[in-house]
Amino acid sequence: MNIVVCIKQVPDTTEVKVNPETNTLIREGVDAIVNPFDTYAIEEAVRLRDKFGGKVTVMTMGPPQAEAALRQALSVGADSAILISDRAFAGSDTWSTSLILSKALEKIKEAEGVDLVICGKQASDGDTAQVGPGIATHLDLPQATYVRRIDTVHLDSSPKIIVVERLVEEGYEMIEVQLPALITVVKEINEPRMPSLRGKMKARSAEIVVWKNSDLAIKENEIGLEGSPTQVVKIFSPPKKEGGKVFQGEPEDAVDELVEEIKDIL
Amino acid sequence: MSKIQIIKDKCTGCGLCLKACPVDAITIVSKKAVIDLDKCTLCKACLESCKFDAIEVKEQTKKGKDLSDYKGVWVFAENSNGIVVPVVFELLNKARQLADELDTEVSAILLGHKVESEAGKLIQRGADKVYLVDSKDLGHYISENYTAKIVDLIKKYKPEILLAGATTTGRSLAARIAVKCYTGLTADCTGLEIDKDKKILIQTRPAFGGNIMAQIISPNFRPQMATVRHKVMPEAKPDTARKGEIIKEPFDSNDIDSRIKFLDFVKEAVSTINLAEADIIVSGGRGLGSPENFKIIEELAETLDAAVGSSRACVDAGWIPYSHQVGQTGRTVCPKIYIACGISGQIQHLVGMQSSDLIIAINKDPEAPIFKVADYGIVGDLFKVIPLFAKKLKETLNR
Repeated sequence: MNIVVCIKQVPDTTEVKVNPETNTLIREGVDAIVNPFDTYAIEEAVRLRDKFGGKVTVMTMGPPQAEAALRQALSVGADSAILISDRAFAGSDTWSTSLILSKALEKIKEAEGVDLVICGKQASDGDTAQVGPGIATHLDLPQATYVRRIDTVHLDSSPKIIVVERLVEEGYEMIEVQLPALITVVKEINEPRMPSLRGKMKARSAEIVVWKNSDLAIKENEIGLEGSPTQVVKIFSPPKKEGGKVFQGEPEDAVDELVEEIKDIL
Repeated sequence: MSKIQIIKDKCTGCGLCLKACPVDAITIVSKKAVIDLDKCTLCKACLESCKFDAIEVKEQTKKGKDLSDYKGVWVFAENSNGIVVPVVFELLNKARQLADELDTEVSAILLGHKVESEAGKLIQRGADKVYLVDSKDLGHYISENYTAKIVDLIKKYKPEILLAGATTTGRSLAARIAVKCYTGLTADCTGLEIDKDKKILIQTRPAFGGNIMAQIISPNFRPQMATVRHKVMPEAKPDTARKGEIIKEPFDSNDIDSRIKFLDFVKEAVSTINLAEADIIVSGGRGLGSPENFKIIEELAETLDAAVGSSRACVDAGWIPYSHQVGQTGRTVCPKIYIACGISGQIQHLVGMQSSDLIIAINKDPEAPIFKVADYGIVGDLFKVIPLFAKKLKETLNR
């Protein structure tokens, strides 16, 4: 089972703050991490490979320093890594990003075949959840989003199929999907492992393949700012919340005071 | 010219752009800003920060498409078991405002099985037209089948705007449609307005876990697509006198994507009210101490017709299913009232609920960060406070 995991390097959102005077992001001390949702995607791929054989390829699109995210994936069990990096890709929105990743997937498919593509449900910086389905659409793959469990995998049937549980608003639904397919996964699916010392050493010396647009040959007018349908007009910080009223008295009094304050809006 | 550049004559080397850059791509060399194009993601945060108009980004060239053909505001009428979900009424309200400003019509797109009776509701809530695709093959949502039919309708009728709820269904569907139609899609919007001069949709959305807001446009592509967060916009009120037109569109069973099959749906919710649609959410955290103690949260929730939420700690400990988790790795919620009980307020939790209209915190630690975002707080033992609160509310609400 050949699996490709698409990951993203993101700023550690929990550390991002906005300077109230200049209205700008404070990035000092903000680390770049692997998007938290992608860690579940990597773990699930590695588990499937360990069970069914095959190979896990991890890929990311980003600046040269995004290599660090790939090495982290290698340290927890991915077999090979591809960095898709080119100045021509800068400014790509979810439409163009999913096109670029789908072209890279086609290239992997030609070389060694792809049975399953796994993405995290969304990235923690953009929070769009659009790139996974976008890739599936560009490649005309069936998709299952918000997967919380892979129930069964039938690799000897024809066609190969998987049955997955998708998390929806009021519970979950079970769907059967033919491979090759793309799934996006939620946190509930597994508990990602920590890298072993051996894994870390292997990752440090592993070779990372770099693909530029010359390798993928995508039309310039479909990528970057030029190819992206959406444009950011401006970025601003949300109105700041003032600390509110806190009642510290006896529970009975505190509850009375609180109910008095809110009773008109209930 | 490269895609972004510094106009050297205007740049004073003040360094504001350097602070604004989220990816650390700008340095000041000999009192002029220099952009490292290997790092730059062209996010344009620096453009906004520059007081001297010294940064220039190459504008997108207009595409060949004739955009004037595209008219009307469409709403995807998501339904669950044949019943239109509440976010659709919120979308219709917003769509009506946008359409009135553009002097155009609102249409609802209703796909499903035996859903014709829902079409009238959509008209009452502001739709001028309902495009109805009723087929036994559409009874369960399957992204591939829904996408294929809606893309057909878009090609045929050419709407200028298409809105969907930012639900699991809406997000999965809209992303596919946008790619198929080669058009712009903005996720999880909290604000939508029309630029009066350019007659285009300005979409506002939170990013970086709600720490910043971004305004986004798709001026050269149609339809302009957005998914919209629950509970941010008020619902359209029903008007039984409103008239509208129902246009039936066929679905060809040959268009079913046979690669994907719906097997079963399993309901999994402690309370009967789902988090995303709830007006009020009562959430429990580590302070509850044990899974049995979630009872008091559920009782309070019942008093208020509220949904039950949870911090990550309780989910990780197995006290409550993941579907109840609010926060960065769970759900983002935006109810009218959010009541956090025994939740300290780690930033990972705050990013999932801080845009709620009113936040109430109950915690024994007066220094807990949750009080910084709370409108009202009670410092005290939640095992005493919550039952009293529930009792008092019952008395007050029954009066």
